[in-house]
Amino acid sequence: MSRPRTSQTQRGLQAVLTSTFLLVGPTHLTAGPAQDAVIAALAAEAGVSGFSAQTGKAFFQASHSGGKPETPSCTTCHTSDPLAAGRTRVGKPIEPMAVSLSPNRFTDPEKLAKWFRRNCNSVLGRECTTTEQGDVLTYLSSL
Amino acid sequence: MLLKRLPFLLFALTAAILAQTMTSEGSEPKVGKTPENLTKQECSDCHMAYQAGFLPIRSWQAIMADLPNHFGEDASLDAATVKEIEQYLIKNAADRKGKNPRWLKAIPKDVTPMRISQFPWFRHEHGKRVNNWIKANPSVGSVSNCPACHKGADRGYFDDD
Ligand code: HEC
Ligand code: HEC
Ligand code: HEC
Repeated sequence: MSRPRTSQTQRGLQAVLTSTFLLVGPTHLTAGPAQDAVIAALAAEAGVSGFSAQTGKAFFQASHSGGKPETPSCTTCHTSDPLAAGRTRVGKPIEPMAVSLSPNRFTDPEKLAKWFRRNCNSVLGRECTTTEQGDVLTYLSSL
Repeated sequence: MLLKRLPFLLFALTAAILAQTMTSEGSEPKVGKTPENLTKQECSDCHMAYQAGFLPIRSWQAIMADLPNHFGEDASLDAATVKEIEQYLIKNAADRKGKNPRWLKAIPKDVTPMRISQFPWFRHEHGKRVNNWIKANPSVGSVSNCPACHKGADRGYFDDD
């Protein structure tokens, strides 16, 4: 496919549009209204217009310090592939985190708050900020 | 194949049950079925909801008092939920209503066991062979993953193999 050449500014604009789509767009492709509402509520709380799937991915995949030695990362239990099933440290399977495979994920605010509290404390030794929560959910809802 | 062996299996099963009730009374915990709703719901996300009859009252109290530091993880719950679960576990604990089964007598009163898997009866049933098997099968994860070997563990059946 050939395309007309574009000027620098147009290309720049396109890049911005594309990345905006990557950040926000896929949420609307896989996540349902319930996840959208949860993410929107977090955005309102954080006073931002949206979150970054990229930042969420980096946070989710990273090794953190400050938490309990047994659990350095979200991937300790959820694995580095959110499309795959995870496993607790005792060996019980955990459904994939990706909303496309587990459509009921992130739809129950009480469950969500409970696990963010526990898991962030285990992994980081503190609560996750609203922005960290929003970024992670945006990432996992985009897959 | 299985059908042909059915009479024998039934006989073996009956014999095993009889042998157990006659000879080993009190040497191993006899636990009830699935824990009650709230306990089942809140204590089964990371592992099966262990039957209350596996541990004495003091153990359940100690476990419920420190859920934010639960075997290397934060398993915290709100205070009201903690209280309700603790009440259930105490009411159904191994030493409920003054009971004192033989396997529990083996533990001094001033010792508070935090694990089912550290009791002498447990180590006796799960010796080297079982531990080697776990090492060779990483998907089991841990000896605390009872249903990996006991298919009926959730319903309180552990003598299936
Ligand atoms: C020690 C194991 C473990 C670690 C480490 C862990 N999780 Fe989890 N996580 C679980 C379990 C178990 C559940 C509950 C079971 C389920 O939802 O399938 C859960 C649930 C969640 C939920 C709720 C999902 C829903 O459906 O509402 C979120 C969000 C979550 N985890 C995010 C994280 C993040 C972010 C990290 C890293 C900071 C992390 N987890 C680290 C085990 C873990
Ligand atoms: C966030 C995950 C998580 C939750 C929720 C959780 N546990 Fe655990 N539990 C663990 C881990 C991890 C272990 C250690 C297992 C190991 O060493 O392999 C454990 C071990 C145990 C053991 C000892 C098992 C043994 O080896 O004999 C008991 C008893 C126990 N938990 C009770 C409870 C009760 C009661 C609840 C509900 C109030 C609960 N757990 C909820 C993670 C959890
Ligand atoms: C790796 C496999 C494995 C795991 C995990 C495991 N068990 Fe066992 N268990 C066995 C084997 C093998 C026996 C011996 C069976 C036999 O001789 O009939 C046994 C025996 C038992 C018995 C005695 C049964 C009887 O009536 O003779 C009990 C009770 C029991 N296990 C409870 C547990 C509990 C509770 C857990 C989890 C905390 C657990 N087991 C985890 C393999 C396992």
